[in-house]
Amino acid sequence: MSQPPPYRSFHPRWHRPRMSTWWWLKRGSHVAFILRELSSIFVAWFVVFLLLLVAAVSRGEAAYWEFLIWAGRPGVLTVNIVSLLFTVFHTITFFNVTPQALAVRLGGKRVPGPLVTASHYAAWVVLSALVAWLVLGG
Amino acid sequence: MADHITLQLARYRPEAEAEPTFQEYEVPCRKDWVVLDGLNYVKDQLDGTISYRWSCRMGICGSCGMTVNGEPKLTCATFLADYAPGPVRVEPLRNFPVIRDLVVELGDFMRKLTMVKPWIVRQVEQPLSEGEYRQTPAEMDQYHQFSMCINCMLCYAACPVYGLDPHFIGPAAIALAQRYNLDSRDQGEAERLGVLAQHEGIWGCTFVGDCTKVCPKNVDPAGAIQRYKLKAATEWLKSFFLPRGAG
Amino acid sequence: MARRPIEPLLWLLFSAGGMASAMLVPVLLVLFGFAFPLGWTAPPQHAHLVAVLGHPVVRVGLFGLCTLSLFHWAHRFRYTLYDGLQIKHLNELINPLCYGGAIVGSLAAAYVMLRIP
Repeated sequence: MSQPPPYRSFHPRWHRPRMSTWWWLKRGSHVAFILRELSSIFVAWFVVFLLLLVAAVSRGEAAYWEFLIWAGRPGVLTVNIVSLLFTVFHTITFFNVTPQALAVRLGGKRVPGPLVTASHYAAWVVLSALVAWLVLGG
Repeated sequence: MADHITLQLARYRPEAEAEPTFQEYEVPCRKDWVVLDGLNYVKDQLDGTISYRWSCRMGICGSCGMTVNGEPKLTCATFLADYAPGPVRVEPLRNFPVIRDLVVELGDFMRKLTMVKPWIVRQVEQPLSEGEYRQTPAEMDQYHQFSMCINCMLCYAACPVYGLDPHFIGPAAIALAQRYNLDSRDQGEAERLGVLAQHEGIWGCTFVGDCTKVCPKNVDPAGAIQRYKLKAATEWLKSFFLPRGAG
Repeated sequence: MARRPIEPLLWLLFSAGGMASAMLVPVLLVLFGFAFPLGWTAPPQHAHLVAVLGHPVVRVGLFGLCTLSLFHWAHRFRYTLYDGLQIKHLNELINPLCYGGAIVGSLAAAYVMLRIP
């Protein structure tokens, strides 16, 4: 048998595109995703706001009213408007994905997703009403 | 309806060029033609040099996944008429290295799939004389959705986390791990936990949810991952608060 | 869970914080950020608020809300920096900043709640 031809292993150069830093701007669902993630910043701001409120209440009546006046200033109001939009966005997106994360089964059958989401919204309304009642003097 | 449509195919010939390019082809736009039919027409009639993968042409083998007009799709399940008047841009599946034209390198996924042990793992084998491992319909229902995966990798193409961090195990592998974890015949959950609960395993997932949106078989890998996170977290709590059991 | 055993806990805190903040933040923000400062409704009397806040259940509840919300932010923001700005290689800087910040904030919350008269 004659000499077999010399074998040269050929490894083609693979093309590996790099993901751009602005990958999330190229698709609407990704923009919404990043906004959802950024909503956590406004949740953290709310914690700061809440601690400032409670600290003011602890300092005395004058400090409490001063806090409310400060909260009414245009700068603070603007921050809080943006925060409210983002925190409500967080609430809605969180409730919408909860059924995917929790496969709730009752009696062997899977509870439909919209029902799980609806029960979260119902709990939200009830809790909000309870908090408002507590705060307003119930 | 126009009887022809333009296909813009990504071309990458590593022996000849450094960067991918696009080449246009006019193909007939029949009512029942899918993108794969267009590709086969190009290969048979217009340009035999294009390279692409396909097999069953009916949405069950998972070979023909490509990026069509920016979306990961099975080309055998994507109708040309839906894109009329065109053009239809066909590129290789995202987030994988491109070997040539529309063919991507899938070794990374294959390795990850093997890592999660996608088979029935038994700690104690039943003797043959006892027959098969029986399962009720309710038990099968627990994992059935995740068993529909055809390994087409559209979910990997859609996942930005996988694109950013190739160490991420990825949607299909985790969904398939869940398919076996939830199978009543399987006893391998603890073994898989070791692989999956590593940092890059499941915790890299930020629940973007695109994997579920593009899955052609409604596997819902995003749901599988989140449920697995919950399971791994409760196992962690148990191991933290309860003494390591004697069995 | 050999390599990073803390991840499951951080994820649990993130999820719990997400649920707690989703449920409670909007109403509190509407009340104290808009309704009372803008006079949509009469703000509660200071004495009443002191009475409500003084209740141990309320103090613990608010502390829990603050802590969980901060860890929710820390975990989510950390991954946003990894994925959004692709600076995962700076994780030795990002992780202490995020979770450290959450810990500091939680300590501040504890202090504030303990100081309620």
